[in-house]
Amino acid sequence: MQHVSPVREPLVTGGKTYHDVTQDVCRQVEAAPNIRWMAALAVALFFLGVFFYSVYRTLWYGIGEWGLNKTVGWAWDITNFVWWVGIGHAGTLISAVLLLFRQKWRTSINRAAEAMTIFAVICAAMFPVLHMGRPWLAYWVFPLQNTFGSLWVNFNSPLLWDVFAISTYFTVSLVFWYTGLVPDFATIRDRAKGPIAKVAYSLLSMGWKGSAKHWSRYETVSLILAGVSTPLVLSVHTIVSMDFATSVVPGWHTTIFPPYFVAGAIFSGFAMVLTLMLITRVVFKLEDYITLEHIALMNKIMMVTGSIVGVAYITEFFIAWYSGVEFEQYAFINRATGPYWWAYWSMMTCNVISPQLVWFRRIRYSIPATFVLSIIVNIGMWFERFVIIVTSLHRDYLPSSWAMFSPSIIDIGIYVGTLGLFFTLFLLFAKFFPVINMAEVKSVLKYTVDNGPTYTGHDPNHATPQTATHGVPASAPVNYDKHD
Amino acid sequence: MTKRFALGIFEDEDVLLHAVENVREAGVKIYEVFTPFPIHGMDDALGIERSRLPIAAFFYGVIGLSFALWLQIYTLGFDWPMIIGGKPHIALPAFIPVSFELTVFFCCHGMVITFYTISKLYPRWKTPVLDVRSTDDKFVVAIELNDKTDLNHLTQLLRANGASEVNEKEMTKF
Repeated sequence: MQHVSPVREPLVTGGKTYHDVTQDVCRQVEAAPNIRWMAALAVALFFLGVFFYSVYRTLWYGIGEWGLNKTVGWAWDITNFVWWVGIGHAGTLISAVLLLFRQKWRTSINRAAEAMTIFAVICAAMFPVLHMGRPWLAYWVFPLQNTFGSLWVNFNSPLLWDVFAISTYFTVSLVFWYTGLVPDFATIRDRAKGPIAKVAYSLLSMGWKGSAKHWSRYETVSLILAGVSTPLVLSVHTIVSMDFATSVVPGWHTTIFPPYFVAGAIFSGFAMVLTLMLITRVVFKLEDYITLEHIALMNKIMMVTGSIVGVAYITEFFIAWYSGVEFEQYAFINRATGPYWWAYWSMMTCNVISPQLVWFRRIRYSIPATFVLSIIVNIGMWFERFVIIVTSLHRDYLPSSWAMFSPSIIDIGIYVGTLGLFFTLFLLFAKFFPVINMAEVKSVLKYTVDNGPTYTGHDPNHATPQTATHGVPASAPVNYDKHD
Repeated sequence: MTKRFALGIFEDEDVLLHAVENVREAGVKIYEVFTPFPIHGMDDALGIERSRLPIAAFFYGVIGLSFALWLQIYTLGFDWPMIIGGKPHIALPAFIPVSFELTVFFCCHGMVITFYTISKLYPRWKTPVLDVRSTDDKFVVAIELNDKTDLNHLTQLLRANGASEVNEKEMTKF
């Protein structure tokens, strides 16, 4: 019995059977690494080297290696931190929010998106830790009594809220991701030929056998994790935005920041998911699983959140004027016309204008256009954070302390270095872990359209698989979203 | 301890679902069903009770919330009171973010640890599996055999309900 929709595109194309899914996803885990993967890893490792060198310089010589000055005491570090955390958000959005909304198209992309979340948060965490200057004392951010007496951390500070938000977010995303991986590890384990692979995947799969009771609990756990992750992911970027919003710096002290940052996070996150998915589907030949329909749907989310971000930019400007606070007004005029005008207008072009192109169906369904757009959006969102942070800091209330910021080579090195760290982790993930959630894709395999080859399962009376049926079978429920 | 199983192998989850209902109605006790993905309706067909994990998750959350409030009120209100930014010592609105995060933290980790514990899932060197195809594309119904079981009758029952094959398997450690 397949569930035929006359309206919706099939979630998986190519008339795949359950076994095909296993084959296609396990192929790159089981095969020897191909040359393109090795080349990509070599590049990523080079940038990882840049990262380690820059971190070494920062730790050995101190934060003086960075381009910070007395006026701009937060620049690329916090920009990169917010950018990376934002990128992470799309993964949780796909796995949690779309699960709650019963969006079955998420099944093909949630695994890789969640992996992206974890790696992005690791990259993000590097910046506040390095910005401490003495990262070996990083445990001071936790509420531990110090040796001199009972002096505690300050729970009134948004920076401490960040500590709790990011560590909760990271660990929860990690267990959510891992729990989803367990059944697929079991699949690889049961197919493994070599003794090392057998033991390794047996350890990773924790003895999963796919019994009905385990699946029942597994689904309960997934649903609750999704339910609590959804407000969690919103809270994380809200708290990140409060780092700015609770201060009195002109351009930062705004109540619009929480929703605006969350929308920006989803926006940049989906852009990064698109970048990665477009590469992954080609490199691992997964075009049947990550279809054009998936790409179009992600594009639509990118467009919606991009438009929200655009509205937020305009609202900020309006409120600065309407508030009558001259410092606010100056901050915004300075952003658009001051010495950092180029950053502001790059942000505007990349984030407000470019996602509007997605209204055109041809662009939404075009792979090269989507790829270019996704990279433009990521650049634009980086500029957004840079504009908010540096343009607000470099000219605030006291003209005598006005200054400019320019990054040092170490600043740049750490930033491109985290890109290396991110891609190293992602490439290793793509090689050794199943990139697509096999179990969940198998459960949506039967949703299809009424014209085209479909998987109809094996008829118990005939041992051979049935061929495609045309027209809606009388027995099948139409329109899959009414089913379930 | 050696256990003997009859394994009915199915190709399609909808066939399996009806088979499970029919086999249970025929009075045969099903030991376990192994499937490559979760099948909706299987809980009812097998008579699996609804999991109490949501209730556990709620209480873990309550513990997290209580811990967070206690931690903040005790440390900033009593153990080392300081006036920060003109706020009162126990500034509840400022405590909301950390309280929320710790609620989620305790809820998620408590529930996931409980899930792995009650499901007896832990890293192990070797995993005995009744039929390795059950993690790929086959749906396996396992029925435990004893001396009194009529295997022929069982095979017929499974076949009649759409099993593509019926195997017998012994497992020493399961």
